[in-house]
Amino acid sequence: MIRIRGLKKRLGAKQVLDGVDLDVETGESIVVMGRSGTGKSVLLKHIIGLMTPDAGSIEVDGTNIVGLKERDLNEIRKRFGLLFQGAALFDSMTVGENVGLTLVEHMRMKSADVRRRVAERLEWVGLKGVEAMKPGSLSGGMRKRVGLARAIAMDPQYILYDEPTTGLDPILADAICELVRSMQRRLGVTSIVVTHDMVAAYKVADRLVMLDGGRIVFSGTAEETRQTRDPLVRQFIEGSSQGPVHAV
Amino acid sequence: MHDDLALRGARYVRRRVFDWVAGVGRVTMLLGDVGRYLAPGLRSFGLVVRQMGAIGVGSLWLVVVVSVFTGAVAAVQAAYQFSTVVPLKYIGSVIMRSVIIELGPVLTALIVGGRVGSSIAAELGTMKVTEQIDALRAMAINPVRYLVVPRVVAAVIMMPVLTIFANAIAIFGGFVVSITSIGVSAHTYTTSLKDFFYMKDLVSGLLKAVMFGGIIGTMGCFYGFATEGGAEGVGVATTHAVVSACVLVLISDYVLANVLFRFIFAR
Repeated sequence: MIRIRGLKKRLGAKQVLDGVDLDVETGESIVVMGRSGTGKSVLLKHIIGLMTPDAGSIEVDGTNIVGLKERDLNEIRKRFGLLFQGAALFDSMTVGENVGLTLVEHMRMKSADVRRRVAERLEWVGLKGVEAMKPGSLSGGMRKRVGLARAIAMDPQYILYDEPTTGLDPILADAICELVRSMQRRLGVTSIVVTHDMVAAYKVADRLVMLDGGRIVFSGTAEETRQTRDPLVRQFIEGSSQGPVHAV
Repeated sequence: MHDDLALRGARYVRRRVFDWVAGVGRVTMLLGDVGRYLAPGLRSFGLVVRQMGAIGVGSLWLVVVVSVFTGAVAAVQAAYQFSTVVPLKYIGSVIMRSVIIELGPVLTALIVGGRVGSSIAAELGTMKVTEQIDALRAMAINPVRYLVVPRVVAAVIMMPVLTIFANAIAIFGGFVVSITSIGVSAHTYTTSLKDFFYMKDLVSGLLKAVMFGGIIGTMGCFYGFATEGGAEGVGVATTHAVVSACVLVLISDYVLANVLFRFIFAR
């Protein structure tokens, strides 16, 4: 379980997070939605310890990761998989080396076992036999799927997805959503998905929360989100320029 | 008006001094991290070997070309300066000693600093701006251990190796020019080499090379990790890495020359 309390972060002159409170139950799939620049990715980076908050706490399975030493933090990070918006694949490595990196580094698996696990995870994301390819020769959708295969290589308890469908065509975006759901079913993972793609959000979420003004301003199931009368949420899910938020 | 200009000037100088001191502090912290992660970094020796190939083998042909002409120019210059005061039979020793003490290590460092320093800064800078370094951290892999230690260690190992090649090739370049266009016999040249070879000259040159390797690797990694923004930031980091590596090589050359030849090898 992840429990976030009073999380604050200022970047330059902007108070990006201003007291975020959020609980994510074990096995839950939660979508964090919000406009561009509202701090969704910053929130994800705090959860995995890539950024340090100015104030507040982040508990992962009862351990507050704020202020943890690098070695202890890395033990927590091994429970996580993170899919970056741009996949962040290592250009100098092959697809197989990317997916197998944590297996070699942390699990000290034999190379035959690594190859087997890599092939299995690539097959799960619908990419069979691409181990020898370099990331530079992959399409955007393939990169995302390789990034997902890398994120799930170590059977994580938590998977964080940063804009998993951004920049993909609707069919591929739907395939990614299916993958997110199948990972939850197959591995029983807790998922946190950051997106402003409402079609994807409804498909993958057990619960949706909305981040605005540095705080969580809404929390509800997909059905509750569809039915809400909150003008801010309505404007967002309807994709309207008319409402409490001015687009420009 | 003049007061305003003076105030702005003073603020600019203060900011530059502050930035410089902060930079020195950050480099020191990076070196501290390299020391801390040296042993775990060396356990993945395959990464070091891969970098040794990129740094050493990749720079070899450039070093060969530059060294041949360094030796050749040294021979021509020596012959010109000897013409009235020193017998040409000493030309081999002068070329050898100037090459192994100074020209070999320093010119190799400047070449490798340009090629490898820029390459490391560009690679790590691109990794930084495309979130690959964040990805490593998210995967519980320390970027200093995985990226910096192999590069710095490889540079420290390969610089003396390249310098030995550079020394040998430059002395050979000087030999070819001496016997073909200056009129010194091969026997005279090689006798001069043997008579005036001192191990301390070679050792001092190689110690310099070790230091230069550390500087080049560290500066490349430091500016790569400090990259901000996109492609423009990578370009800036690359330039800073090369310029700072070359300047530090020359400054440390002076410091080491004093330490080695005035204290350690004074006699």
